[in-house]
Amino acid sequence: MQAEFGFRELAHTADWELEVWAPDLPTLLEQAALGMYTISGVQLEPGENQTRKIILRAADAESLLVQFLSELLWIEQDQNLAFVRISVTVDDDYNLNADLSGSSIVKMDKEIKAVTYHNLQVQALSAGLRVNIVFDV
Amino acid sequence: MVTLQDLKHISDYEWEIPKTYRPDMRVPVRLFATRRLLEDVMKDKSLEQAVNAATLPGLVGHVIVMPDMHQGYGFPIGGVAATRLPDGVISPGGIGYDINCGVRLLGSQIGYEAALPHLDDLATALNHYCPSGVGEGGSVHTTEAELIAVCRQGSRWALKQGFASEADLRRTEESGCVEGANPDKVSVRARQRGRPQLGSLGAGNHFVEIDLVEQIFDLQAASVMGLEEGTLAVQIHCGSRGFGHQICTDYVEEFQAAVKRYNIHLVDRELVCAPLNSPEGQDYLGAMRCAANYAFANRQILAHSARKAFEQVLAGKIKNWHLHQVYDICHNMGKIETHIIDGEQMQVCVHRKGATRAFGPGTPELPEEYRSIGQPVLVPGSMGTASWVLVGTAASMELSFGSTCHGSGRLMSRHEAKRNVRGEKLRQDLEAAGIHIRAGSMAGLAEEAPQAYKDVDQVVDAVVGGGIARKVARLHPLVVIKG
Repeated sequence: MQAEFGFRELAHTADWELEVWAPDLPTLLEQAALGMYTISGVQLEPGENQTRKIILRAADAESLLVQFLSELLWIEQDQNLAFVRISVTVDDDYNLNADLSGSSIVKMDKEIKAVTYHNLQVQALSAGLRVNIVFDV
Repeated sequence: MVTLQDLKHISDYEWEIPKTYRPDMRVPVRLFATRRLLEDVMKDKSLEQAVNAATLPGLVGHVIVMPDMHQGYGFPIGGVAATRLPDGVISPGGIGYDINCGVRLLGSQIGYEAALPHLDDLATALNHYCPSGVGEGGSVHTTEAELIAVCRQGSRWALKQGFASEADLRRTEESGCVEGANPDKVSVRARQRGRPQLGSLGAGNHFVEIDLVEQIFDLQAASVMGLEEGTLAVQIHCGSRGFGHQICTDYVEEFQAAVKRYNIHLVDRELVCAPLNSPEGQDYLGAMRCAANYAFANRQILAHSARKAFEQVLAGKIKNWHLHQVYDICHNMGKIETHIIDGEQMQVCVHRKGATRAFGPGTPELPEEYRSIGQPVLVPGSMGTASWVLVGTAASMELSFGSTCHGSGRLMSRHEAKRNVRGEKLRQDLEAAGIHIRAGSMAGLAEEAPQAYKDVDQVVDAVVGGGIARKVARLHPLVVIKG
C-alpha cells in the first residue's frame, strides 16, 4: 500500500521526472522539495543551523509549485543551502508561507538547471493530490 | 500517441506528420530519420512534443525534427520551428534553459604518435585549467560592469581581455556576438548567478575532449578548416551556465501571464510564448541575447584555457602545439533569419532546441573562408564514441531552415543508465580502450554512458541521406573531461 505522502523518480529520456503525492497542497509542496533534494543527491553539514522564510503568491497551484521549487534552487545555488525541515502553509488565494530549516551543502551529485511547467498538472484524486514534475538537468 | 502508421513516408530519410493528424496543428511536422531511428523515437514522447510545438501561433513551413530527437520538455530536443515576423511568437521553452549551449572545435597540427606519450598529462592539465562539475565557479570572476560588457559584446569582450584572437571571432557563429542584447532585461538574480561562472564547463553532458581526426571524407572542406587526418583536435561543449538557466526560468514564469494577455491557447504550459513584436517578446529577445553572448565568451575563455593546458604540457616537446579555431556553433538558440518559405522570402525567428544552424555554401553570414564549402557543423557523439564534422548544404536552406542535427541524442533515461551502468566500471572500460577520463562524479559518468545514447554514425547518415548536411571528418575520442 502506498504511503499517504511521498515521491518517486520516474524514467525520462533526457531529464528527471518526479512523481509526488500528498493529502493536501502544503504537504505536496514539502514532498516535492524533499524529492528535488533527493534526486540531486544533496548532502548537508550535520545540524540544522540555518533557517529561511519564503513568502510567495501565485495564480494557481502549478505556478506556486514551480515558483517554490525555483526559489529553493536559487537559495541552493546562491547561498549553498538546502533544507531538511520544510513547513508550508497555503491559503485559498495561493499565498504561500514556508519556514525552512537546514544547513550548508557539502556535496551534490547533480545540478538541476530548472523546474519546468512541462505537462504540469496538480491532479485532485480521491486520496489527495498528485503531480509529475520534470526538471531540466 | 503518434505511431508509424500516422507518418507519411517522403523518402528513406524524411517523414511527415500531416497537419490533419490533430486539429490544433498549424503546420505539419517534418522528421529527418531512418525507419530504424524512428522506431527508437516511438519509445518516448518526442513526436507528441513535436505535434504540440506545431500548434504555436505564427509558425511557417514545418516544425522540423532531427534524427537525434528525444523527449525534452515542451519542445522535443532536436526540434526546429520558425515563426514569422512581426507577430509570430517567441517561446523561451523552445530555446531551452541552457541558452546558446553549443560546441567549439579547435584543430591542430599535432600528430597522434607525437602526442601519445603526453595524453595523460594533457588530460590532467585540461582538467586543471577548465573548471567543471556541480556548483563549480569559473576561471574568470566578473564585476557587474564586466558582466554587462560580456552581455553586450560576447567574444569581443574576451578578445579585449586577451582570451581570443581575431581569427577565433571570425570563425564563431555570429562572430561571437549577437546584436540587440539588452542587459536591462536581465534579472538581478541572473546577473548574480552569471558573475562567478564565466570560464566554466558545468556538469551533465558538458565536456572538453581531445580527439584524433580519424578519417577525412571531404579533403577540400577539411583543408579549408585546417583539419588533417592523424592530428589532434579539441571539442568544448557547454553553454551559458546559471546565467542562461535563470533568464529562461524568469521568462517562462513571466510568460505564463503573457499568454493570457494575448489570448494564446497552449497544450503544454512549458510552450509559453509571446508575440515577437510585443513588449514581453522584445524583453525576452534582449535578455536571451545577453545569455547567448555570455555563452560565446564562456566557450572562448575555455578555449583559451585549453590552449594554456596544451602549452604547459607540449611546449618544448612538440614543434607546433598551437590550437586554431575551426568553428563555434550554437544548438539552443532563437535567431532572426531570412528564409524562403513556399517561394516567399520572409524574416522569421528560428527556434533551434538541440539543433545546429547549417547554412549552405554562398550564405553571406558565413566567414569568407567558409563561403565556398558551407557552414561547419559540429556533432559530438556520446562519451567514448565518434564525433563528426559536417557542413551545411543548399538543401538544408530549403528543407530545414538551414539546420541539422546536434549530437547523437539520448536513448535511455538517466535513471535507467544509472541502474545499468556502474560509473567506475565504465571509467575502467574507457581507459582500457585508450580513452583518458577525468570525471567529477561517477554517477554523472554512468548517466552519460555510450549505451544511453543513439549511434551517432546512424544519426549522421540520416542527415546526410536527407541532404541537410555533408560529411567532412570523423573524430575519435582520446581524452574526455566531464563535470
